[in-house]
Amino acid sequence: MCLAVPARVEALHDFDQATVEVGGVQSKVSLALIDGVEVGDYVIVHVGHAITRMDVDEAEKSLALFRELAETLGESTDALHTGVS
Amino acid sequence: MRYIQGFRDGRAARALTALIAEEVRDDRDYHLMEFCGGHTHAVFRHGIPDLLPDNVELVHGPGCPVCVLPVARLDMAIDLAGREDVILASYGDMLRVPASRRNSLLKARAQGKDVRIVQSAAEAVMLAKENPDRQVVMFAIGFETTTPPTALAIKQAAELDLANFSVFCNHVLTPSAIQSILDSPEVRELGQVRVDGFLGPSHVSTIIGSRPYEFFAEEYQRPVVIAGFEPLDVLASIRMLIAQLNEGRAEIENQFQRGVQRDGNAKAKQLVAEVLELRPEFSWRGLGEVPYSGLRIKRDFARFDAENRFDLAERAVRENKACQCPAVIRGVKKPTDCEIFGTVCTPRNPIGSCMVSDEGACAAYYRYRRYTTERPREAAEA
Repeated sequence: MCLAVPARVEALHDFDQATVEVGGVQSKVSLALIDGVEVGDYVIVHVGHAITRMDVDEAEKSLALFRELAETLGESTDALHTGVS
Repeated sequence: MRYIQGFRDGRAARALTALIAEEVRDDRDYHLMEFCGGHTHAVFRHGIPDLLPDNVELVHGPGCPVCVLPVARLDMAIDLAGREDVILASYGDMLRVPASRRNSLLKARAQGKDVRIVQSAAEAVMLAKENPDRQVVMFAIGFETTTPPTALAIKQAAELDLANFSVFCNHVLTPSAIQSILDSPEVRELGQVRVDGFLGPSHVSTIIGSRPYEFFAEEYQRPVVIAGFEPLDVLASIRMLIAQLNEGRAEIENQFQRGVQRDGNAKAKQLVAEVLELRPEFSWRGLGEVPYSGLRIKRDFARFDAENRFDLAERAVRENKACQCPAVIRGVKKPTDCEIFGTVCTPRNPIGSCMVSDEGACAAYYRYRRYTTERPREAAEA
């Protein structure tokens, strides 16, 4: 129930509505629970409502950290998992 | 998809599991409860238990709204759907949940009752607008993530002055459930369940923030790490919890920096506070009566409260004796400890709610663990 997905805001409409996109699929969601969203922002969507804005800088920071881990440590374990990419 | 796939990278996962294996101490166990049913499924879907050292055990928590809804409340919803003038709007998760006398919303619908699946409470408001001669009731369930959209729908109905819209409110609160677990005799006295720390639900926390958990760190000395739902998020959070336990710390840490702030979503919280208030008591499946753990509609909006509008009576329910759902919800038993798991009780013919929901522990075991129910270590010991 509490699952939510990050989606990119594609267009803003009247009455706090917006079109968002996840993986090529567009849908209409409500922005009534958050303020100041602009086209291009990422929001986290749950039951048709954006429940928070996603902080892209923080997401990129986490991704960079994981990439660094993968590069420094990931290789040493590659041999254990042949056939897994 | 960058912000979904990026957090599923296999190499980074291997690096994280290698670090966890290095960092765990050999002289102790780690019992970590993932509160949220979404986490339970994410954990099994990505095979995380198999990546962890043997002394790191994941205990499954009660964070599955469908599972913790008492059967009596579901019976009331089915009664509502049985009224000639009512359209019952429900999230899809609820439809196959077994009610009393082997009934369910799905069966009620098959018998001609008007039960509609909606994706959001706003859709139920639309239904009410489109059907002025019918009563539309939103069967609202869920934790704090799902509550603000319900509050919003009630406010919208008030603005539109809709006389034919109401909400059957069953919203519940995460911190009360965590406290109930920590206060339960199984944890405090009997020692049947050990919980050393919590993986906190990140989506609930986008709304309530990380502040409500601070009490558990201070009062109960249990660390909480608010964890995202992708596999790398979960692994990174497990590593953070292990580090806290190794260092003897009990703090609130936030792994889901990209979506959770200490104070949460002020606008959503304000909206909920305007429309809903605490119930003195709410009965949970598995946890029993928990004080101040549920929400009801405030008096100012009482005309949108289905419990006010219709004559609804809560009837005593006899639970199936073989079903171990309540013990599974409390973390006392694993789904595979239940005698009817996977035989009498399957997703196709569920006896208990834990087998139905996409967040239920039994459904997760059935889907991902049916053929590998024992961990190698346990098998070797036996």
